[in-house]
Amino acid sequence: MNSDPPAHIKAGLEIHQQLETEKLFCSCPSDLSEQVNGLVLRKLRVSVSEMGEVDEAARLQTAKNESFQYEITPNSCLVELDEEPPHAVNMEAIRVGLEMALLLHSTPVDEVHFMRKVVVDGSNTAGFQRTALLSMGGWLDVGERRVGIQSICCEEDACRKIDRKGDTVTYRLDRLGVPLLEISTDPDIDSPEMLKAVARKIGMLLRATGKVKRGIGTIREDLNISVSGGSRVEIKGVQELDMLPAIAENEAARQRRLLDASGRLSERKHAIAHGWKDMTAMLSSSQSTVIRRSLNAGSIMGGMVLPGYAGLLSSGGQSVIGTEIAQRLRAMGIHGILHSDELPAYGVTEEEKIRVATVLGAGGGDAFVLCAAPLSRMDEAMAAVVARAMQAADGVPEETRDAKEDGSTAYSRPLPGRARMYPETDVLPIRVDRKLLDGIASELPEPFEEQAAKIEKEFNLHRQQAVQIAEEGYGKLFTDLGSRYGNPAVLARILLNNMPEAEREAGASFEDLSVLEGVMARLKDGAFAKEAVPGLLVCMLRGSGLDECISALGIGGMAKEEAAGIIARIVNEHVDLVRERGEASVGPLMGLAMKELRGKIDGREINSLLASEVRRVISSKGA
Amino acid sequence: MIMVSDSELQKKLASLGIEPGDEILVASGERELKGILIPHHEFSDHGIITVKLGSGYNVGVKASGKTRIELLKKAVASPFGKQKRGAEHAAKSELRRVAFAGTGGTIASFVDYRTGGVFPAMDAAGIVSLVPEISRICSLEGRNIFSVFSENIGYEQWCVLADEIADRLNEGYSGVLVSHGTDTLSYTAAALSFMLPRLSGPVTIVGAQRSPDRPSFDGYLNLVSAARISSSSDIGEVVAVMHASSSDRGCNVHRGTKVRKMHSSRRDAFRSVNAEPIAFVDDEIHFLSDYRKSAPGRVRADTRMEEEVALLQFYPDMDARDLLKWADGKKGVVVAGTGLGHVNSGLVDAIGKLTGEDVPVVVTTQCLYGSVDLNVYATGRDLIKAGVIDGRDMLPEVAYVKLRHVLAHHSRPGDIRKAMMNNAAGEFNDRRTGLDEF
Repeated sequence: MNSDPPAHIKAGLEIHQQLETEKLFCSCPSDLSEQVNGLVLRKLRVSVSEMGEVDEAARLQTAKNESFQYEITPNSCLVELDEEPPHAVNMEAIRVGLEMALLLHSTPVDEVHFMRKVVVDGSNTAGFQRTALLSMGGWLDVGERRVGIQSICCEEDACRKIDRKGDTVTYRLDRLGVPLLEISTDPDIDSPEMLKAVARKIGMLLRATGKVKRGIGTIREDLNISVSGGSRVEIKGVQELDMLPAIAENEAARQRRLLDASGRLSERKHAIAHGWKDMTAMLSSSQSTVIRRSLNAGSIMGGMVLPGYAGLLSSGGQSVIGTEIAQRLRAMGIHGILHSDELPAYGVTEEEKIRVATVLGAGGGDAFVLCAAPLSRMDEAMAAVVARAMQAADGVPEETRDAKEDGSTAYSRPLPGRARMYPETDVLPIRVDRKLLDGIASELPEPFEEQAAKIEKEFNLHRQQAVQIAEEGYGKLFTDLGSRYGNPAVLARILLNNMPEAEREAGASFEDLSVLEGVMARLKDGAFAKEAVPGLLVCMLRGSGLDECISALGIGGMAKEEAAGIIARIVNEHVDLVRERGEASVGPLMGLAMKELRGKIDGREINSLLASEVRRVISSKGA
Repeated sequence: MIMVSDSELQKKLASLGIEPGDEILVASGERELKGILIPHHEFSDHGIITVKLGSGYNVGVKASGKTRIELLKKAVASPFGKQKRGAEHAAKSELRRVAFAGTGGTIASFVDYRTGGVFPAMDAAGIVSLVPEISRICSLEGRNIFSVFSENIGYEQWCVLADEIADRLNEGYSGVLVSHGTDTLSYTAAALSFMLPRLSGPVTIVGAQRSPDRPSFDGYLNLVSAARISSSSDIGEVVAVMHASSSDRGCNVHRGTKVRKMHSSRRDAFRSVNAEPIAFVDDEIHFLSDYRKSAPGRVRADTRMEEEVALLQFYPDMDARDLLKWADGKKGVVVAGTGLGHVNSGLVDAIGKLTGEDVPVVVTTQCLYGSVDLNVYATGRDLIKAGVIDGRDMLPEVAYVKLRHVLAHHSRPGDIRKAMMNNAAGEFNDRRTGLDEF
């Protein structure tokens, strides 16, 4: 589909991983909650800093005059509500951060100072995020390549955004304060595939600490990316590792299209005169549903000519500047925009297009845009159209974009200026001395290769499975459960196959893998058979307890005698088949037996019971 | 590693001509860091230099004997400790003039975003630059009259404030807005209520529980609401204006003699105890209970107060000797008793001894909510016999301030008792209604 040449990119990653500990500045549990116990409504305001600067992104946010409604959850306290100072920092989180620093050859600072980073989109009740730099520098080897590490920071996660109604944004407090490690690489990554490999390797190291959360949303990747001649664009919130290459390729292609448009524009006269015309009356009888819907909602239609822009808004079916303009307006809450390169379409006829062009005075080389917005916002909307159209001359504007699920991205805001940060005076500095670092160094996880070798040898597992277990960060869990409850092959299958499949099916993930201990223990006791595990996991993921699932699924272990009785009945019902095919009838009968006995008794056991019953019938006949 | 003590470090920095705010380079081993020198954090470890990096992060670097420190660039006009001055806004004739009197505290402070250091705003213009919305409500004029943490505010400051308020109202200001730290705000509110018995305009005292550097600064709404009350209400009382709930929806206006800080950190820490708030303010003023109206005429500050008054809280096993020791040399004592106003039987005699020596003893309740009633139990009746003054539903702190004021104006036991029982500034409320959460 994408005919562009392979992407040559320059990219860096920022990985945000939630930790499986209490919150960073209070002892609330760090899991999410669906229970809402109350609401508070707040406003945030940014004041001019002492250095005389106000962050542009922050100013724009404040200018929106939004109210923020916060949902109080059982796992939040006065700290999250910004009604109590932060408690002493959660040292466990700092230790995991320093552990990552050592694993990534990054140099820890001698004393950690928490900062307040101003954020006024409401996602933090205080209007700032607490964040601290733990270490600087370092590297990571991925295959033959070495990628530089810029820094490792420890910070609080923000609230979960629930919805927006008009000027009121609703957030939930459950996620606020969950400790996050932020690992930033240097912009050393030069291919989409390498992005994925680096993210995967950092993810493996994080899981090896045994202190990170798992499941969707617990690790988020941001990437900084530019193509040659392009600019740095920050893409936020990639949740699926597998999406990284596609997002990078799409962004590289977008940047190249913009560079191409800029080249073409430089060959033309393209001065834009400010000022728009009211096209409402002219378009009031249009059959276009887009236009009709807007006019019915009380909007007017504004029109503006973009001299010299014909064929640049979209080209060859690929949208170029047109989409950019539409996304800018969408970020302002204005949705109705049409442009000449895509018309006639959306119910706008060729005749209407020509009439609009004539009224606006658009010639052959010119483009025009039609924008639906309330009269009070049209100036602002058209100013944004002009601003973005003019940026087209420079190629790729620096900006922040949001990752979408389909691998595309959309404009979200200007690149934040140098973050406004000042000291968090309520949190004491944390001394990082030799003693602390030595303690952490002595407990570092073994390298994956060594873990895998041990697992392979001790549990007689396939090499590939052992490596996968180590790399997924299950080494410690596997060794622990495997030596206590046996069944290593089953355990490996649960971790590597059954669990991911069940998580996909249930659309949820286990936040805490200690639930597997119960499963392995009951399996060992013969409470159910290994075949029952996939169904059991799905049932548990849907919120039921282990025992509840065992009884709900009817997989409670069955006495061998009872199973033998069922098998005898099945054989008896198909005695003709047995007589006809002899021992070869075990195959087809096995299917029938499994249908009734799956999960209640081990498959091998069923097979052996069936075989002996078939032999008995054959021999009794012969007697 | 050779340890470097802080004084050695300071000497080393001084010898290099390095001061906080300067851009420096710190190199030890292979690591070189460039950044701005930040003043030493009082809880930083010995020998730690704090540097603000280009990324905005502060980090602590241990200086050893081998650490190389270089001055890269002197700070241009270091902003540390300098006060923020807002642009002098032109007094708009159509807006009512409100006098500002700053006393310090969280509310009227600015933060140096480089160091996190806090320093006070010095005048009304500074407050308006912090809360621009005020300039649409009134013309705020005035200055800081002192700048101290509220725990250090006492009689001396009450006098200065009372005189200032009287002067400003007599100059024709519509009202006076006092910014104050929250810890002792209610003591000051009570003291001013007794010192300023008749007012020609509202006196609002306002504080903040979150500092102004935060986008979530609660003082924003408190100041806006206080400006509204000061400029456009006919209240003739000293009132505290603070968040009504944890939400930024509006503020309650509390009578100065009924208000108390009931939480160490919440925005809605201030409550009217044993009374309804006078009003709730959002974009408008919604009156909730009766209040004294402002009256034209000259305002006079009556600032005399007795110094020798003690406020004691009764606790189990409290010893009569301890009580007498504390009361030694005092001209009056307030006791916060348990429940309806009780103390153990051993103390009753000691109290009798004090009243016998013409030292008035006022009994209040440490429950805070509800009234003293000495008629219900034998201990109460014994206290009446011992000659105590019934503090009724007055807060212990208010009784303390009131007793100081009364003792400076009366000396005969009968007059003192009569003055203490007189509802001078709304400190008693005999109709406690409703069963709302307290």
